[in-house]
Amino acid sequence: MNWISNYVRPKINSLFSRREVPENLWTKCPECGTMLFHRELSDNLNVCTNCNHHMPISPRARFAALFDAGVFTEVKVPDPLPDPLQFRDQKKYPERLKAAQKQTGEKEAMLVAEGEMGRTPIVAAAQDFSFMAGSMGMYVGNAIIAAARRAVDLKRPLILFSAAGGARMQEGILSLLQMPRTTVAVQMLKEAGLPYIVVLTHPTTGGVTASYAMLGDVQIAEPNALICFAGPRVIEQTIREKLPEGFQRAEYLLDHGMLDRVTHRKALRDELIAITRMLMGMPPAVKGDLPPPAAEPAPAPAEAATGAPQA
Amino acid sequence: MNYLDFEKPLAEIEGKAQELRALARANSEMDVSKEAEALDRKAEAALRDLYRTLTPWQKCQVARHPDRPHCRDYVAALFSDVMPLAGDRGFADDQAVFGGLARFNDQPVVVIGHEKGHDTKTRIEHNFGMARPEGYRKAIRLMDLAHRFRLPVITLIDTPGAYPGKGAEERGQSEAIARSTAKCLEIGVPLVSVVIGEGGSGGAVAFATANRVAMLEHSVYSVISPEGCASILWKDAEKMREAAEALRLTAQDLQKLGVIDRIIKEPLGGAQRGRKETIEAVGKAIEIMLKELSAKKPDTLIRDRRNKFLEMGTKGLAA
Repeated sequence: MNWISNYVRPKINSLFSRREVPENLWTKCPECGTMLFHRELSDNLNVCTNCNHHMPISPRARFAALFDAGVFTEVKVPDPLPDPLQFRDQKKYPERLKAAQKQTGEKEAMLVAEGEMGRTPIVAAAQDFSFMAGSMGMYVGNAIIAAARRAVDLKRPLILFSAAGGARMQEGILSLLQMPRTTVAVQMLKEAGLPYIVVLTHPTTGGVTASYAMLGDVQIAEPNALICFAGPRVIEQTIREKLPEGFQRAEYLLDHGMLDRVTHRKALRDELIAITRMLMGMPPAVKGDLPPPAAEPAPAPAEAATGAPQA
Repeated sequence: MNYLDFEKPLAEIEGKAQELRALARANSEMDVSKEAEALDRKAEAALRDLYRTLTPWQKCQVARHPDRPHCRDYVAALFSDVMPLAGDRGFADDQAVFGGLARFNDQPVVVIGHEKGHDTKTRIEHNFGMARPEGYRKAIRLMDLAHRFRLPVITLIDTPGAYPGKGAEERGQSEAIARSTAKCLEIGVPLVSVVIGEGGSGGAVAFATANRVAMLEHSVYSVISPEGCASILWKDAEKMREAAEALRLTAQDLQKLGVIDRIIKEPLGGAQRGRKETIEAVGKAIEIMLKELSAKKPDTLIRDRRNKFLEMGTKGLAA
């Protein structure tokens, strides 16, 4: 509240943080150890160019690659009650939330957007694992319901990218109740006859897998994604034996009949376009990159309900 | 009688009273009735004190008490023509989930519940009430049956959670739970649930996504066990008392949050000290809840149930 903390400290911080910039130019692949230049990595959608290891990708970066020319409109998500249980562990819940917001620059663990993907109008939702492990609380529940409602209003398919450690414990029972709440959202789509496609990314576990993430019309996973209800550590503690290599990974689930497909992130967009167009009874898509959608035939009514378009 | 750790002072008083009476039986000239009665009164006062101020963690212990009535006790006492129906038609019959046709006050219903077992042998047989995918798939099948033949569904919730095992994961534990929750939301018949002991996470919600949910006074319902929460958030499983407090898992807190509709009072000292009264009280509550729903049309039942869950969480603890 004084001159030192308001002016001097930020100045000093900015001097020091400038020095950290060069370190962020290179990322080491956690799988094969290859050093990857940031531009090369982001051009490859955060997939290692050497070993194809899929690293986390933020919802914004995913949407930028998914939507035609990276243009999408955010769908507004109703705000839930803040800290409904007045939860406190070693830290207060609002403090943890604030720290996550600062670290990610996002408001919460899910981003919802509408736009076109290969000239195919869709609504998409993506969960952000870097935000409190993508955990499902009231906000994520509200986001999925808002996404489903928007998809029903616009008669578009919903594509959902899941990534979560499970329910958000700091919201207690209310996080558990997002399982039925999000299931109602999925049922809204089914009743409207609209496709609901789930892309499971690393990791998707717990109550998230046991609700909306397993109820898709088509279930696709990214390679080697951990997908489970109970995590491997919990199971090892329960049955006291080592689990086989690849247990609960995407390929393992595919073998056991729990998924339709395992798809490389680079191939995902074309696949999603092909699938949604077939399910929506649309003609085949034109392959390749497309210019941004033309301004005139904007088929979206009630545009007032959406946020500002993103560049 | 099994005593919980916080019931130690009570155990001492009751033990003394018993000793005194045993002594009197051995020696007919001794008259101990006055002293024994005094001890009884003291014990009752102690019990009243203990149970009036149970902490959330103590409630968890009471909810898990081995002498509490379990699913099969309720089914035997409250239902007639009980016809257990087994199997998921795909892989196995899960003994952790009881399911079948029965009559409740002569009305045909489908009853589904977690069964924990009551001694070592039956506990192992029923896998301590932890269901595998087959259990949820059996429930889905029975809810479909109920829907087609217009039978109300009654579910009794008492599970530490879904079973975290290798086979369960291989056979799609998460998918089975997701579909069971979805089925709860789809059936056009009254669905009422009672949490009779532990409502453990997804394993509970898969049966408890109901038109009406009641909880016994000392039962608990939570997203995670206090021990699990403590080991994740406090990095110390011994902090379960703090975790139980923070999670708001008691019937009283959940009613304030609007998550449950009704609390069923337990006799003094918990359900384990008055099994018969508890079972009767649960029966009464089921009767009332079914009556509230009996006039509703299938579409209304489905719509009300969905709206109820969509609106949940909009009011905080302040109420």
